[in-house]
Formats: sequence, structure tokens, C-alpha cells
Amino acid sequence: MQRQLANMKQTLFDQGYLDEQFIQLEELQDDANPNFVEEVVTLYYRDSARLIQNIEQALEKSPLDFSKLECLMHQFKGSSSSIGAKRVKSECTQFKEHCRVGNADGCKRTFQQLKKEYATLKKKVEVYFQFARQIGPVEKACRSK
Amino acid sequence: MAVEDIGSGCSSSGDQEFHVLAVDDSIIDRKVIERLLKISCCKVTAVDSGSRALQYLGIDGERSSLEFDELKVNLIITDYSMPGMTGYELLKKIKGSTKLRQIPVVIMSSENILARIDRCLEEGAEDFLMKPVQLSDVERLRDFMLRGGEEERELGRKRKTPDDSCDCRPLRKRPTPLATACSSTFRALEEPVIVHES
Repeated sequence: MQRQLANMKQTLFDQGYLDEQFIQLEELQDDANPNFVEEVVTLYYRDSARLIQNIEQALEKSPLDFSKLECLMHQFKGSSSSIGAKRVKSECTQFKEHCRVGNADGCKRTFQQLKKEYATLKKKVEVYFQFARQIGPVEKACRSK
Repeated sequence: MAVEDIGSGCSSSGDQEFHVLAVDDSIIDRKVIERLLKISCCKVTAVDSGSRALQYLGIDGERSSLEFDELKVNLIITDYSMPGMTGYELLKKIKGSTKLRQIPVVIMSSENILARIDRCLEEGAEDFLMKPVQLSDVERLRDFMLRGGEEERELGRKRKTPDDSCDCRPLRKRPTPLATACSSTFRALEEPVIVHES
């Protein structure tokens, strides 16, 4: 079971969904806080839903306010980076670049891709956390202190 | 906000606890920095804006000096990009206040912009950390703060800005130049920030 969980995680890394930051967060878990990563990721999805909605609304305006879009995306990128959401973060970077050069089509295209990655990651980590919870906190607590 | 002692590995008694005020508009980043600080055995108060940080510190004069003594904030760690008041603006207000300027301030940012880093250090920031901030950053910060003694405080008082001969620029995330004697104003644990002035 442990091996299965480890493999699951490795796959998420190999496929570029998650990066080192996710591991950093796992290392902050201990017996008193065994679900810290899941809490942070849950918080991320809850909080970023609002940002996504704001970006969506901003993308419907004409002409686009690139400065506002960049600002919103900066926030979203920050949170995504904080949980180790590698692919999502990469789309954020692209989006910001499109804003910088005033490429409206680029922004809209990248945003669609971003939403796909965001949704895919959500499903994958949900499965991961569900499995991890089934196994229990035995190996999850990495901190010896 | 979050002031409970986690107890795992933290052996400090109540009034010796290193109290950090964390400022970040992102709820995710606040949660993470709070956890990082607690693991490093710090007492943490997390707020979501520069103005709330100033309120907490009593800079608007609402808090009595007695209450302020009890707060004893040993370090302020703040995000740079925040709506309303940026971390840089918060830093300026703190360094511009006779009550608060001796509290070390650390800036966090996801953007590695040299001009930004320079500006913050020149304004008196203790250090500039790249986000996402990691446990090793926080532990190093805490160790440096706790190690600080009379000598470094004196050194700090004589210099308002970092000495040219030292390389105080955190050009990359790790290592950052905390372990130099260039820190401007600095307080060790034993000496809380005192509000009333003679």
C-alpha cells in the first residue's frame, strides 16, 4: 500500500503535475498535523475558485485590462507555486507573458489550458489524498521531532 | 491569531518565545508560513495586510504601551506584493517609527528583481527571501536572530545602511546574506521592543 502511494506520487512528479514544493509541504507534517498538505491543497482550491472567476469575468471585458489580468494571475501563480502545482504554474507564467505583450487571444487560449490543468490536478490529488488517508498516518508523518 | 504552542520539539518557556508577525494577503501562504514558523518554535501572529500589521503593532496609537510590551514582536516577515500597502511600504512605515524601527523586517517575494531587493535592503530590511519560502530559510532566520548579541546590536546602531564592503545582496534564494554583521537594527530575544520613550 505504501509502495502504491509512493508510486502514485512519483507518477505525479514524473508527469510534471507537482514539483519539489509539494515535498517541502509534506515534510512539515507530523503526528499533530498529519494532513497538513491536504489542508493546504484544499484551501488552495477553495481560494483560487474565486480568483478563477474574477479572471474569467475580466477576460469577458472588451478591451481587456491586461494590467488587472496580470495582477490577478500573479496572485494565482503565487498560490499555485506554494502548493507545488507545476503545470498550473507554468500556464500562469505563459498567461502573464501574454498580458505583458497585450496578446488577448493568447490570454484566452492559455486560460483554457490553465483551467484544464487545474481541474486535472485537482482530480489527481484528490485520489492521492484519499488513498493516503486510507493507509493512515503511519508513514505520512515524516518529522521525527 | 494562531498563537498556540505546538509542543513538538519546542522547549522554550512562554516568555522566551520568539514572536513573529507574518504579513501576507494570500491565505495559502499565510497557512504555510505559519506552519514553518511554528515548526521552528516561534510564536506566530498572521495578518492579511500591512494596515492590519500596523494596527497590531500599535503604530496608530490605539494600543496602550502596556499591551504593546506584552506583544513583544521579535521579527516581522512580510510579503512584498500586497494590495493596498506593499511590503516595502510597510517596511518604510516600521523603520520610520521610533517605536518600531528596531524590529527586524524580512521581505518575501516570488519575483527575483534585483532593484526591488536593493530597495528593501536599503530601507533596512534584514533579508529578502524568495517564495515559496522553505523550512531551511526560516530555521536559518531564526538561528541568526537568536544568535545576535550585544556586539551585533552595537554594530547595527552605528550603521544605518549596509556597509559597502559586505555583500548583503541576496542575489539568489540560497544562501541569503543573514550571517553578516551588516544587519542594521536588530533585537535579540532578551530585549523586547519598548514603547515608552524617555
